Amino acid sequence: MKLYQEIGQLISKDISLEWRNRYAINGILLYTAASIFICYLSFQMGAAVSPIIWNALFWIIMLFSAMNAIAKSFFQENDQRNFYYYQITSPQGLILSKIIYNSFLMLLLCLLGYGFFSLVLGNPVQDKSLYFLILLLSSFGFAGSLTMISGIASKAGNNAVLMAILSFPVVLPMLLMIIKASKNAIDGLDRASSLDEIIVLLAINVIIITLSFLLFPYLWRS
Amino acid sequence: MKLIYQNWWKYLSIPLLFYVLIAGLLGEVPRLPILNETIRVLHFHVPMWFGMIILLTTSMIYAIKYLSGNKIEDDHLSIELANVGVFLGILGILTGMVWANYTWGSPWSNDPKQNASAIGLLIYFAYFILRGSLQDEQQRARISAIYNIFAYAALIPLLFILPRLTDSLHPGNGGNPGFNAYDLDSNLRLVFYPAVLGWTLLGFWISTIRYRTRRIEETLDEGGI
Repeated sequence: MKLYQEIGQLISKDISLEWRNRYAINGILLYTAASIFICYLSFQMGAAVSPIIWNALFWIIMLFSAMNAIAKSFFQENDQRNFYYYQITSPQGLILSKIIYNSFLMLLLCLLGYGFFSLVLGNPVQDKSLYFLILLLSSFGFAGSLTMISGIASKAGNNAVLMAILSFPVVLPMLLMIIKASKNAIDGLDRASSLDEIIVLLAINVIIITLSFLLFPYLWRS
Repeated sequence: MKLIYQNWWKYLSIPLLFYVLIAGLLGEVPRLPILNETIRVLHFHVPMWFGMIILLTTSMIYAIKYLSGNKIEDDHLSIELANVGVFLGILGILTGMVWANYTWGSPWSNDPKQNASAIGLLIYFAYFILRGSLQDEQQRARISAIYNIFAYAALIPLLFILPRLTDSLHPGNGGNPGFNAYDLDSNLRLVFYPAVLGWTLLGFWISTIRYRTRRIEETLDEGGI
């Protein structure tokens, strides 16, 4: 079977699994919505949140939602079924399909989170299209790095704490770039000034996805 | 691998470091504003980072070697190199904080390089915790080798790219008087390069000793002797 056919089938399998067990995705959406609402209440009903705090809060919420959403990508299926996939698919197809699937899940989550966040805490963003570009890149980045980490953590006994400590430092460089570029978008600065950050973000994404592609076969074999 | 059991490079580090200690503390240094005598930290703080990066790179190379060859020795060497590399990193942060206290006014000044190195250490602490959480030897070796390579790739943009995008308080960055601006050439360069070599060799020496101790413990545990 060709790699892209395999990826397509694995993605459609993931989607139908998700659709059958809607509690997982609903749980993540509720998690994001609840944390946004907590922020709203803790800031006295959104009285005056400065753009810096707005931005930092939004990305911290997104980071935690991403971690919870992606952590389950290898936990949700039991060992026998994983063994079955091991027999019939290539590891490259499996990791790429998971990354692509998680990217779109994260994009959905980021857009919904962004909408709800703007609804309750106001929207100070001046350069909206740049902000959307950053949302897009960051969902792909989060998905790429966290999917691999989730695979590693699942081999080490599905430990939620392990997932958090392994992923924080790996995601942090990306998060720094994202926060800086999105702060520029909020202030409506000239786009050329965020070009460096966007390029570094793209480069980190490419490095991480390539490494996942190369390293996952070794992880899968054990 | 053979180099581990050879001694010439280990003995080389001893005269080098004595030379660095004596020449670094007593030699002539250029007078620069703000830096003054603290410029001598160049021989004790900066080589820690060089040593750390070289050791961690070697650790990553041995992780790749483990994945391709499945020899447990490679894994032992990889973890010990990472151990000593992180130890040098901690020394680098501490020496930097002492120095920053006198030149920047406070030990932690939110400098991008300081933050990046702190995050870098977090990455390797996570690596050690991951190792601790796995019981089976082969599986521990394989999974931690994978994370080691992954972590190293995350460290590179952190240490080499991000600090260049922002102004740093470090000498030579953002209009601060640097070593290069006044040229390291005279006495500083003569001490700095041996310092890098000496500290790095010392790091390798310590990690080979730890590696051999680990081998002995393994053999004893297996009841081989």
